[in-house]
Amino acid sequence: MNNIESLKKYIVTDILKLDCGKEISNFPIAYETYGKLNKKKNNAILIFHALTGDQFPCGKNPITNKEGWWNYALGPNKAIDTNKFFVISANVIGGCMGSFGPSSIDPLTNKPYGSNFPVITINDMVNAQNFLLDYFKIEKLFAVIGGSMGGMQVLQFISNFPNKAEVAIPIACTASHSAQNIALNELGRQAIMADNEWSNGKYLENGKSPSKGLSVARMAAHITYLSKKGLQEKFGRKLQERDTLNFSFDADFQIESYLRYQGSVFVDRFDANSYLYITRAMDYFDLTKQFNGNLSDAFKHSKTKFFIISFTSDWLYPTNENREIVIALNAIGADVGFIEITSDKGHDSFLLDVPDFLSAIKNFLNNSYKNINETRI
Amino acid sequence: MKQEFKIISSLIENNSKILDVGCGNGELMKYILDNISNNIRGLEISKDNVQSCIEKGLTVIEGNAELDLGQFPNKSFSYVILSQTLQAFLNPEKVLYELLRVGKKAIVTIPNFGHWKVRIDLLFKGTMPVTENLPNEWYNTPNLHMCTIKDFVNFCNKRDLKLTKSISLSGKEVSYITKKNLNYKNLSSELGIFEIEN
Repeated sequence: MNNIESLKKYIVTDILKLDCGKEISNFPIAYETYGKLNKKKNNAILIFHALTGDQFPCGKNPITNKEGWWNYALGPNKAIDTNKFFVISANVIGGCMGSFGPSSIDPLTNKPYGSNFPVITINDMVNAQNFLLDYFKIEKLFAVIGGSMGGMQVLQFISNFPNKAEVAIPIACTASHSAQNIALNELGRQAIMADNEWSNGKYLENGKSPSKGLSVARMAAHITYLSKKGLQEKFGRKLQERDTLNFSFDADFQIESYLRYQGSVFVDRFDANSYLYITRAMDYFDLTKQFNGNLSDAFKHSKTKFFIISFTSDWLYPTNENREIVIALNAIGADVGFIEITSDKGHDSFLLDVPDFLSAIKNFLNNSYKNINETRI
Repeated sequence: MKQEFKIISSLIENNSKILDVGCGNGELMKYILDNISNNIRGLEISKDNVQSCIEKGLTVIEGNAELDLGQFPNKSFSYVILSQTLQAFLNPEKVLYELLRVGKKAIVTIPNFGHWKVRIDLLFKGTMPVTENLPNEWYNTPNLHMCTIKDFVNFCNKRDLKLTKSISLSGKEVSYITKKNLNYKNLSSELGIFEIEN
């Protein structure tokens, strides 16, 4: 039987100064790798996961026994081809799959940090993961790739380390978290904190879990990952294992049953405090403000080749927010490509089997890699 | 490769920075990338074409030239190419000025509505011309603002836009357009290829 303790971890011994002012050191980053690092060490890709992701994008997650979250895109002969590339994937700090997070034990109290965990940011996550590159002695990555919050990490990574990646693929993301997205995250957080079991974040000490709150948070969030059209086509007004309405508050409709299920399986694999901390990190993300209103300045020292991807039905990180990044890069003459993929699957498109999306990534990566090896990039 | 693309490529200096506006499936960009300059990118409105460009390893931005040229700084490209698209814009005048703002030079090609075959269609058949360069019917053509080579030359002269090169293409025959032969070239050319500065 696998447990969190048995996962692969790198202990960062350096001091990391967090944006909140606190300093941390001797903390674990749980990671996985796929494929082989070549002799030249020029085939490495660092991928960043989204809000509820982890270090297991492909194969089976040994803790949840579920398929990896990016099985469509990543693996042997897939868009991100692990026969060709060495892929590093880490659990973000603040997460709950082995990296330093609110469920880690505070050595001062011997209890889980809970809400004593420092508030972390996207910047902190990226800086923490950068230590892994030192560990692997990789001077320059071939690519950094991520969707949603993973895309934000891509942007922050290039801004922090302008010459550490040949290419960058931020997918379905934004440079500045919108009011709507902050509002939706706040809804999730309030659902968790309204659950009595949350106990000001100390539920692990009591051996409890605010699963009702966390499940509502997940249900609400899940709606935002889909599109109206997608929902209508998949569920419509179809009833759940019944022929007529029940005149009760049971899950009469399939969509209700589906959301309840999504909520219930989520609480088994995700820590409520991690949900609070990671959504907070997303809300605080504003790369534009970090550069005094000029997003271009975030990338002005970088020669990285960008490829930005958005989806037509994504209303959470809509095309125009992705385009803002394209515009900022064009303003400084950076090398940037952009495509909006047609899909009815909403924000979740980047995790799903969307052939146009997968082939765009595959073609971009393979052509760029060929160019590097012909030193033409 | 199309003769038109060969002529455009011949106008471009090695290793210059190029933007191909309405780059289509990237055929011209690919040729330029492999032979003339690796500092080239495209702007393209069709998603299928954008995918074709990515397949070819080209840098392309999905976008609309009438809306999205504004994001490029002044004179940030040595050349901006616009191949047979000017007539399809709602406001070709505005686009042309944007090309000249973004690029030090613009290379613009136009299908010539003054070509004799076009004139004959209209004169004798009394129908809207359908030719190799203008393959669509009146009801499905993307072309909103057709012009002749003479119209375009007159326009540039009136606006003091410098035509540094004016080339006529008819079949495989390539020749220069001059003040003296303008009326004749306006009749014989299928395509006009212009290098413009302002």
